[in-house]
Amino acid sequence: MQGRSSLVPILLGVAAVMFAASPFLIDAAPYESTMGLIQRIFYYHVPSAMVMFTSAFVCGIASVTYLVKRTPGSDATALAAAELVVVFGLIVLVTGPIWARKAWGVWWVWDAKLTSAFVLWLIFVSYLLLRRFAGAGSELLAAAVGVFGMANVPFVYWSVNVWRSIHPTTTVIPSLIPEMRVPFYWCVIAFQVLYLALLLVRVRLERSRLTLEAIYAEIED
Amino acid sequence: MKFLSTVWTIARKDLVIEARSRELAYTTLFFAVSVVLVFSFSFVVEGVALTDAAAGIIWVAIAFSGTLALGRTFERERQADTLKALLLSPAERPAVYLGKLAGVLLLMIVVEAFMVPLVGLLFQAPLGRAPWRLMALLLTGTLGFAAVGTLFAAMLIRAHSRDVLLPVLLYPITVPLVIAGVRGTASIFAAEPNLAGAQAWLSMLVFFDAVFLTLALWVFGPVMSE
Repeated sequence: MQGRSSLVPILLGVAAVMFAASPFLIDAAPYESTMGLIQRIFYYHVPSAMVMFTSAFVCGIASVTYLVKRTPGSDATALAAAELVVVFGLIVLVTGPIWARKAWGVWWVWDAKLTSAFVLWLIFVSYLLLRRFAGAGSELLAAAVGVFGMANVPFVYWSVNVWRSIHPTTTVIPSLIPEMRVPFYWCVIAFQVLYLALLLVRVRLERSRLTLEAIYAEIED
Repeated sequence: MKFLSTVWTIARKDLVIEARSRELAYTTLFFAVSVVLVFSFSFVVEGVALTDAAAGIIWVAIAFSGTLALGRTFERERQADTLKALLLSPAERPAVYLGKLAGVLLLMIVVEAFMVPLVGLLFQAPLGRAPWRLMALLLTGTLGFAAVGTLFAAMLIRAHSRDVLLPVLLYPITVPLVIAGVRGTASIFAAEPNLAGAQAWLSMLVFFDAVFLTLALWVFGPVMSE
């Protein structure tokens, strides 16, 4: 763990530099012809959504590991990943309506991607509520919810997709002109690096907390 | 064979308790009917039900009354500390899970057998248009809901604020199931029925049930180990 945690300052530094540079890169990209300025929110919106889905899978896989092996590290990872799903999901759910107000004329529509992102976000909020309020032994129960949450992603996506769809499809990304693609992928990497740094910091914090608790318990015995 | 007889023994235990008191059946059915009534105030405009209202009301009533039944079933086990006894017995964990699931499922089906015709009557829903397909949708939807619900209700048995946490956990996870149930039922009830659409939703429900039942059978063991 010590070796990995020394990565954190480097990752944070890289993310900081990349985020500082991103407005200039985005500014250099051409305006999208119909949407104009508001289209630029896309450079932060889509990478946050990608981080959200990455984190949901990290939480699911860590939960499976915890159910099988019961290692405290995997539980700490699942908790950290679930918190980050909620944080980055909030970014997605705030930037999306800002764009939608301008492009569609309404803050929210019951479109496939919006609804499935919202449902996924709710699942991980319920995961955190469980951990916060269920009392002792909640980490095991939370692991079950993490597994179910991950398994649910394709179902949510499919069912909501058949129900309705007006969101720009994911095929937009390959169709981006090169001048837009550079800042887009720049932001994708910046968000993923930031995500990895935050995940590692949070896991380390959780592990320290567990160690501290164990020490207290030992003193009291 | 022994596995199945264990499942049956546990399910029968719940059914005998229920047959003697009828507490859950009566209260859950009453609750389902009042949900239908409450929804009729918002979905009936000038005497006519909104499009797809009947399908929505059926599934909301199933989800709400199912949560109530799940909570009560396990509250009963908790009060007498009988779930611990059940887990200490030499029965396999998956058999305990399936036994509890069968009990909950049967209860929910009994409630639906009264509630769905009532909705059909009150909202002029054409229940006879594709009765087998409708029954298949209800059965697979209820099975999926009960499969996830039984696992969550069982694991929350020792948790604080379990009454609140059960719906908090259960509703977001069962969103795909509710969408499939409502849309499938609505495509049968629609003025121009779309039976192929109902079939597609039914396949999704079968797939959902298969995945989540398998997962629940696997997760129940480790989660109920202490």
